[in-house]
Parts: sequence; C-alpha cells; structure tokens
Amino acid sequence: MARAATTTDAFNAVAEPRRRAILDALADGERPVNDLVSALGLAQPQVSKHLRVLREVGVVDVREEGRQRLYRLNGPALKPIHDWVKAYESTWSERFELLDDVLDDLKKEAGDGSGQ
Amino acid sequence: MAVASSGTAKVTLPNDQDILITREFAARRELVWRAWTEPALVERWWGGQRGSMRSVEIDLRVGGTWRYVMDAQGDFEVAFNGEFREIVPEERIVTTEVFEGAPPTDAGDVLNVVTFTESDGRTTLELLVQCPNQEIRDAIMDSGMEIGMQEQYDVLEQLVVTLD
Repeated sequence: MARAATTTDAFNAVAEPRRRAILDALADGERPVNDLVSALGLAQPQVSKHLRVLREVGVVDVREEGRQRLYRLNGPALKPIHDWVKAYESTWSERFELLDDVLDDLKKEAGDGSGQ
Repeated sequence: MAVASSGTAKVTLPNDQDILITREFAARRELVWRAWTEPALVERWWGGQRGSMRSVEIDLRVGGTWRYVMDAQGDFEVAFNGEFREIVPEERIVTTEVFEGAPPTDAGDVLNVVTFTESDGRTTLELLVQCPNQEIRDAIMDSGMEIGMQEQYDVLEQLVVTLD
C-alpha cells in the first residue's frame, strides 16, 4: 500500500456506506445529531457511533453550542481521498480520450458518423 | 463521497470492494463494442498515456482468455490477463482480471463487469470492478495514485490543447 497509515484510517472510515451517508448529509452544512438521525432514518446510538469514528479520523469536527453538539465536515481531511479517486480516474480518462478517436475512425469507416 | 470526475468519465466507490467507472460515448453501441473487443482497436487506446501496447490477445468466447501487455514509460513491461465468464454481444462482458506483477493471493478473482447501453445513438459504458476484498480494491486504486500523479499536469495540458 502506498498510503500512509493515518490516511488509511480515513479511507476505511469513509468506505462504510452509512458513514458516507452522514458525510453527504453534512455536505450541506453543520448539523446537530438529531437532524442526522431523522435524515438517515437510523437510531441515534448508531449515528453517534459512526460520528465518533468519523471524528477520530478527523473528517468530521464537532463544536458545542448551548446544549447542542454541532457536527461539520473537515474538508482538508477529505482531500486525500478525493485525490486518490481522481488519480485512478485519470488512467481511465486517458484511455477514453483515445477510445473516442478510435470510435471517430470507426464511424467514418461505417460512413454513418459524419451526420451525427 | 469519494467521488471525483474529470471530463466525462466518472469513478465512484459504491461500497467497500467495488469500483464503478462510467463514461458516455458519442457512438452507437456496436462500435463501442468493437473498440472494446477487437485487438487491433484495443491496442490504440488501452495504454492511455502510460505506454504503448506490445500485444493484445483476445479470445472472445466464454472460457476464452485475454492478455494485454504494455511497454510502460521507463521501459518495463506491464501485463494483465483474464478469462471470459459471460458474453452477451454488444451488451455485457464478465471477465476475470489478473495483474501479472501482483503477488499471488487466495482471496479470489477480480471480476470486471462491463455493460453497454445505447440511447439516441450514444452509448453509456459501465465498468464495475468487483474485488474479493477491500485491500485488493485499494491496491488497484493505489496503482492510479502512483502512476497518475506524475502525469496529471501533462495530461491536463494536452487536454487543454485538444479542446482549443
């Protein structure tokens, strides 16, 4: 594995579908846990457990406001994951650009491409 | 989350073990199928910007095998092979995929499920890479990281030029 151990944790944390759903819900902004419970349709202990994992790897931050705890995304911690996917994607983007050229030639051969 | 996109290709991680690659092509399904399955055509695109294809062998029948060998930049050989498990002409291919440089594993095969869907003369290609476990999935993703990062600027530059 080329990744550092610390980021492996974040990758693993984000791989769990329910935790991804929490991150998606937080993408719109800061939310209290009750909001997440109703948005996700999960029991509160479950949501709290997932939030704890996400906080431990640093992709989610929390702050106290009055009696509420508000959770929010920590963008910089998510960036390595974004970059990781993006790098793999570039392999396929390169291939597909060339495949487009192949298809253009096939369309010319078939004589049905110029009108499209 | 864990989604990035550039151009019109999209890579997502639908769960712990799989990778889903989606792309739409401005061509009928029959042509995309040919570009995907005829060795002389695969040779022209599969290497991307990473190297030229030394050989492409495809025995397109259930139980038949394929093998792609690429001369990567830096003069080393990269080879993949697999066996076709399911073939529905112009619709679907299921094949195993083995990277010949990877250490042998008992975990099971990586399966590639390719589907071709045509709509209004355009074809959507979906490639679902099903890995036996998360470790193997991540190793495949890492391969993009190792090679990809060095080249990203070059590729971007070329893309900008061709868009001109």
